[in-house]
Amino acid sequence: MIEVRQLSKSFRGQTVLDRIDLDVAAGEVVAIIGPSGSGKTTLLRCLNLLEEPDAGSIRVGDIHLEAGRGGRRHRDQIRRLRQQVGFVFQNFNLFPHRTALENVIEGPLIVLGEPRAKALERGHQLLAKVGLADKAEAYPQSLSGGQQQRVAIARALAMQPAVMLFDEPTSALDPERVGEVLATIRALAEEHRTLVIVTHEMGFARDVANRVVFIDQGTIVEQGDARALFANPRQARTRQFLRKFLGDGRH
Amino acid sequence: MNADLAALILDSLPYLLRGALYTVLLSLGGMFFGLLLGFALALMRLSPLRLLSWPARVYVSFIRGTPLLVQLFMIYYGLPQLGIQLDPIPSALIGFSLNMAAYLSEILRGAIGAIDRGQWEAAASIGMSGSQTLRRVILPQAARTALPPMGNSFISLVKDTSLAATIQVPELFRQAQLITARTFEIFTLYLAAALIYWVLASGLSWLQNHLERRASRHSREAG
Repeated sequence: MIEVRQLSKSFRGQTVLDRIDLDVAAGEVVAIIGPSGSGKTTLLRCLNLLEEPDAGSIRVGDIHLEAGRGGRRHRDQIRRLRQQVGFVFQNFNLFPHRTALENVIEGPLIVLGEPRAKALERGHQLLAKVGLADKAEAYPQSLSGGQQQRVAIARALAMQPAVMLFDEPTSALDPERVGEVLATIRALAEEHRTLVIVTHEMGFARDVANRVVFIDQGTIVEQGDARALFANPRQARTRQFLRKFLGDGRH
Repeated sequence: MNADLAALILDSLPYLLRGALYTVLLSLGGMFFGLLLGFALALMRLSPLRLLSWPARVYVSFIRGTPLLVQLFMIYYGLPQLGIQLDPIPSALIGFSLNMAAYLSEILRGAIGAIDRGQWEAAASIGMSGSQTLRRVILPQAARTALPPMGNSFISLVKDTSLAATIQVPELFRQAQLITARTFEIFTLYLAAALIYWVLASGLSWLQNHLERRASRHSREAG
């Protein structure tokens, strides 16, 4: 479903991603873990071109993009790719001037050009799916962080993407709100959707992901079956990272 | 107040009100064209391309750094020397529009620039184009920030249109001037003109408050 080849990105001479290769099969749930500054968020943002990679190529479904191209055709390709790839931000980034429902139907209505009645019907369904059927008319500011993130997930789902990307979806939440968002993502995993999740929630990664990718200093250090990797990390750096993370009493 | 004075005011009122009509039309016209040009200038200034941002920058700097009166004189008295002859009202309308554009572009640029980058990214992530993002996501939010200062600029413009009197536009202040020259009731007539400006400005302030309340609907409803 996703095929990343030799993807590189640097900011002001600092290499953030160094020739990354990554494949994600349809229906697979991949968790990307790693220390802060390791490049995992940048990798995710490159997957839907929120960051333009310096080199390499990305394929999602039948859309293929080479880094370093420009021009109108390239931009059209980027838009087509983004319609295939849902993105959930750490800070939700809901449109504050629109209600929960309006946030969800914005893409179908404006980008896909769906008729309003159809978009509304699906919008209500999606809000019900994330457990917010009663919040359709609420503005983001009146919602909790967890509720906002669930609306954001519904907004991304409304585009019927082939892949969903999550960028630390629970990092900005109060601890008591984390569970509801993780449960929503877990439900998507159980529908066998293709998900790529950057997360610090190691317990969640172990339980929900099929595969875990450990990134450090812009390269993939180790990847493999989620349970196996957590139980038996092969690389020293992975062991060190997991010891720090699992040893601090969070899990 | 004696009967003569009352009669004078009654006689003058139609002239003053006709002048006020020009004042209103010039203000609306200046605001309308100023907004169009100002929006274009704001987008130019926000562009990463120097070729676009630099001319806009120079333009705004020039307009803001020179008196409106001088700008009006350049258009009405100066351009004929270059072979461009304009009537008073078009001259004033062009002058006010060009002037407003500079101020409004600064307000719009600030309001658009203040929108969180996450909003652009969220719009991009659902596949919106640049113009869809501006229209559906950025401008509605920027309008909320921009409305109060734009309202203030508009009220200033209403008062600044009195400068058009100096280039022969028969607006409110010019009418008052003409009547005082005939009747020598200077204080009374300028006071009458002042009161009409005051009514116009107060009405606009009211409208501005009304619009601001409407624009901030979604934050007011927040629990």
